[in-house]
Amino acid sequence: MNEDNTILSINNVVKHFDISGGFLDQLRFKKGKIYLEKTTVKAVNDVSLFIKKGETLSVVGESGCGKSTLARVVLGLYPPNSGEVYYSGKRIDNLNHEQMLPFRKKMQMIFQDPYASLNPRKTVQQTLEEPLRFHHPEMSTSEINDKIDKVMEQVGVDQAWIKRYPHEFSGGQRQRISIARGLILDPEFIVADEPVSALDVSIQAQILNLLMKAGRERDLTYLFITHDLSVVRHISTRVAVMYLGTLCELAKAEDLFAKPQHPYTKALLSAIPVVGEKRAKHIKLKGEVPTPVNLPSGCVFHGRCVYANNRCVQEIPVLLTLDNGTRVACHAVEENRIKS
Amino acid sequence: MSHLLEVQDLEVKFALRFGDITAIDGVSFTLDKGEKLGLVGESGAGKSVTGFSIINLLSKPGYISRGKIWFEKNEISSYSDAQMRKIRGDRISMIFQDPMMTLNPVFTIGFQMVETIQAHRKISKAGAQKIALEKLKKVHIPSPEQRLGQYPHELSGGMRQRIIIAISLLTDPAIIIADEPTTALDVTIQAEIMDLLQELCETDNMALILITHDLGVVSQVTEKIAVMYAGKIIEYGSTDQVVKHPVHPYTEGLIKSIPGTVIKPGEDLVQIPGMMPTLTNIPPGCAFNPRCYLKDDICMTKTPELKDAGNSVLAACHMK
Repeated sequence: MNEDNTILSINNVVKHFDISGGFLDQLRFKKGKIYLEKTTVKAVNDVSLFIKKGETLSVVGESGCGKSTLARVVLGLYPPNSGEVYYSGKRIDNLNHEQMLPFRKKMQMIFQDPYASLNPRKTVQQTLEEPLRFHHPEMSTSEINDKIDKVMEQVGVDQAWIKRYPHEFSGGQRQRISIARGLILDPEFIVADEPVSALDVSIQAQILNLLMKAGRERDLTYLFITHDLSVVRHISTRVAVMYLGTLCELAKAEDLFAKPQHPYTKALLSAIPVVGEKRAKHIKLKGEVPTPVNLPSGCVFHGRCVYANNRCVQEIPVLLTLDNGTRVACHAVEENRIKS
Repeated sequence: MSHLLEVQDLEVKFALRFGDITAIDGVSFTLDKGEKLGLVGESGAGKSVTGFSIINLLSKPGYISRGKIWFEKNEISSYSDAQMRKIRGDRISMIFQDPMMTLNPVFTIGFQMVETIQAHRKISKAGAQKIALEKLKKVHIPSPEQRLGQYPHELSGGMRQRIIIAISLLTDPAIIIADEPTTALDVTIQAEIMDLLQELCETDNMALILITHDLGVVSQVTEKIAVMYAGKIIEYGSTDQVVKHPVHPYTEGLIKSIPGTVIKPGEDLVQIPGMMPTLTNIPPGCAFNPRCYLKDDICMTKTPELKDAGNSVLAACHMK
């Protein structure tokens, strides 16, 4: 797994959330006996992947597939239940707060909702200088101001607005400010969790261009979380497709869009509306997404898959690597049962 | 008046403390039986307000200050509340964006469906339930009998949106206005809901007004499109034509700014500089002029009218 210039790798990460509540909520009554039962949401199950320096890895999937949880585990915002996270070869998921600090400087996050992620009581100046003052106490005020000016110019926010509060800005400008906050410490690695989904189309293009430009100029590595597949196709080097907390396909962006392997990826891609094309037949999935509280046995996708057979119900598929480097977890692909 | 619905020079204002602001400024369009129209634009362009004003759902301080709306040869814009109730939710129904907010969480699906029918028709409870069941089957809900007794929280988002569509069909409307019906849903479910709406329009010869910001969805479902910007329709015509050969620089920019339309992966997207003006602060002349790459002196002073741009497309641009 650890190849050269791998910046981040995660191995067999599992993250479950206990939602059973208090003692009384856990009480169950069955067959004349009272017993306690825990309820857990199995958000991420045994996911392994790595990101190379300078690439953009996108994680796609529908709501509840665990993509945001994965991003937070990577940054250490959630501790994983099991599995390891390595940054530049050093394990970071078991570090304490102090040991983690140097890594926090290198890894930054941009959140989805620019209305919620900026502190409404801080001016742009205060928002941007806080990380510098915390991580670089040796910097003088004029150095800090220079740095802020430089970053604001880079993200296209007028420096005259530095004393303003977030409510005075539009959604697109707020997202620029959160990007500026992400860039101010000169990170190497940025996790962007749905950074454009709250924005209008014309503004979305501006922000995507900005992210790509910052990536080129600063040689950034992105972990991009999104559900918008046209955005994914545009910006990614490689794409990981998740379903119910499980990685089902990981491939180069052009391979994934040209030749999706996993039945779920195929269905997902066929559902994207394309401008200027009448609706082609999209692949219909049976049933609905099961809850991550009660995961299906075997392949988590088997209940909705047209290729599912007995083996899929019983055995969890492992990721296998195809000739073109695509990794896919599907018994049907392995057994060559998919015709197309 | 041969059209099913005709909106003529509609102007909607909101009376605020510091004066009236114009949310919709001179919008006109027509809709025929079975026709599917897409109203597209960014947030604040006035597309939802247009939808609301058709069935007079504007709440204070909003009001229609000019223009007429004709439905089945009647001028419904002058209807009283009592007259409007016979149209709204009966001949013209509306589907809203968030399927959780639309259904009442404390009543069962069956109760809400029966209530809707009985509000519009004199019919027994058993008769209403029969209609409800039939409509649930029509929107392809698995085990419909069981759904009638369920509460909204027991269903997924896609299922709830199907129920809402079923409710909107209860009175066999002539027009459905769908305001961002799939924005809160995942892509695979979005595709299913869009298929369903399309199918219903075809089998029942129902007309659809689809309000959305997603040009992809509009171009797949609708025959006609109206692109709105700052309260005005700036381009109007057949969807195929507008999407493939946009005339107005805004429509063109909007289409090019979507990843995957004209720009190759990894290259910079075409971006429209700046953002849409707020309604209190619309620039003189063409509202798009501060963002336009084609602008000239005339754009700063004179507001362009919708005019024929060939291929039965209307566009409001001085430069075309």
